[in-house]
Amino acid sequence: MADEPLVLGIETSCDETGVGIVRGTTLLADAVASSVNDHARFGGVVPEIASRAHLEAMVPTIQRALDTAGIKASDLDGISVTAGPGLAGALLVGVSAAKAYAWALDKPLYGVNHLASHICVDQLEHGRLPEPTMALLVSGGHSSLLLTADITTDVRPLGATIDDAAGEAFDKVARVLGLGFPGGPVVDRRAREGDRKAIHFPRGLTGPKDPEFDFSFSGLKTAVARWVEAKRRAGEEVPVADVAASFQEAVTDVLTRKAVKACQQHGVDHLMIGGGVAANSRLRAMAEQRCERAGIRLRVPRPGLCTDNGAMVAALGAEMVWRNRAPSALDLSADSSLPLTEVSVPGHQHGDVHGEAYRALGS
Amino acid sequence: MLLLAFDTATPAVTAAVHDGTAVLAETYQVDARRHGELLLPAIGRVLAEAGVAKQELTAIAVGVGPGPYTGLRVGLVTAAALGHALGLPVHGVCTLDAIAHQARAEGLTGPFTAATDARRKEVYWADYDADGRRTAGPSVDRPGDLAQRQVSVGAGALLYPEAFPGAHGPEHLSAGALADFAATELAAGRELLENRPLYLRRPDAQVPAGYKAVLPA
Ligand SMILES: [Zn+2]
Repeated sequence: MADEPLVLGIETSCDETGVGIVRGTTLLADAVASSVNDHARFGGVVPEIASRAHLEAMVPTIQRALDTAGIKASDLDGISVTAGPGLAGALLVGVSAAKAYAWALDKPLYGVNHLASHICVDQLEHGRLPEPTMALLVSGGHSSLLLTADITTDVRPLGATIDDAAGEAFDKVARVLGLGFPGGPVVDRRAREGDRKAIHFPRGLTGPKDPEFDFSFSGLKTAVARWVEAKRRAGEEVPVADVAASFQEAVTDVLTRKAVKACQQHGVDHLMIGGGVAANSRLRAMAEQRCERAGIRLRVPRPGLCTDNGAMVAALGAEMVWRNRAPSALDLSADSSLPLTEVSVPGHQHGDVHGEAYRALGS
Repeated sequence: MLLLAFDTATPAVTAAVHDGTAVLAETYQVDARRHGELLLPAIGRVLAEAGVAKQELTAIAVGVGPGPYTGLRVGLVTAAALGHALGLPVHGVCTLDAIAHQARAEGLTGPFTAATDARRKEVYWADYDADGRRTAGPSVDRPGDLAQRQVSVGAGALLYPEAFPGAHGPEHLSAGALADFAATELAAGRELLENRPLYLRRPDAQVPAGYKAVLPA
């Protein structure tokens, strides 16, 4: 197998149609078509609108990625695709497309986990992940601490949110403050003009008897809404920047505190932060400070690679090829609740599954 | 001509290969929830059975609905991706036209209606004249809102006997009929449809749970 496998990755788990092309740990193309504007007026991602947009964008986005990378589809060593978790109908568009390309081009197919891809994308920025690496994944759909011993086979969840994801809390607070959707970038922007010590919002699950590495943002979200509403009812002006900054401080405080603690307890000296919320400027700054103090090497990909994209799926696909992991079979299905311990969806149990699948298909 | 045809707009996952004269091979499985898993293996199987290598294909024909969206999109995105990867033209066929073609091939004459299950107590339907030309539709409606149809085919008709008395098969579409319809139309120099879904309904603009108001009003 190629030393630096050339892999195309497809991501359609939410509202971004992402197609990335990677050679080993080098990013060659990262094409994205987003339907985010079509969802804005609904205050959240509408699954059917996302699925329709994926279908329309699929082939043009693939072509754009191939053009940017300057390669032909026949040059590829494999095709990877997000098999889950995510929106079922949206995932299915990407999985169906990936299977068709893999079959038509006679390339191995890798159905991979969206969350593991969020971790693996850092290889495109900072080279191969040390083993083990602690990963903090924070986005609109997930907030998890993951101990990663081998990014292609062994990702162990240490904790996760018990209610809302961190990104959801950003969306909700943005909505309460009348800042629009999605909330992450706009709250971050407004928070820069605010005083992050202005209001002390609660830090969920940080008591001595609370689960150490789980998160909870629902109470925080409610506290912000109550605080804002109380101001409004009193006829006072809401200090939007201060609320944004204080809310953001509470989120990032809990996230970084628990991430550093997880590293220390498990003797891991590398922390990677991924997912859309990793683009948050305060989270990055606070993580840098706390990691430095604790002697932990921090790895955070650039913001463009933290949000959902095809490059991260290609990065994990390339790693699968490089480590000679088993490909998926062509009856691969999308799994909207794929557990994060399942880094990839292998083919049927024994033997050379892929070869068997192809022989069965007479190609 | 070596045409690969498939359809995922009805509960059937079906694929066929056609050489311009006849259907060389055809597969048909009914499983409304597994279009995504079943389609590509079915395509591989039908080509193997026909003894045709994918590189020998000259065109793809795909049923563009109307049909339930999630399954429908499996067929359309597969057709688009195969067309792109193999450098083949992709022709769209209204799934109801293909069902009508199949009904006529099975001996049905006279004007009739083809109807499939649109769920939510509605049907996708179209009317055809004695020569098999579509005269109305495709549309989506509640069966009770339609004038009663005396002659009808398809699962949508079979489901609602009050609107469609005496409805009969074919229940779902077989891709052989779709392939034959496409081959006939192309041979006659008529254009087929683009590879775009006939949704007929606007998307449900509903954001899933988690966005409720926090405080009571
Ligand atoms: Zn994500």
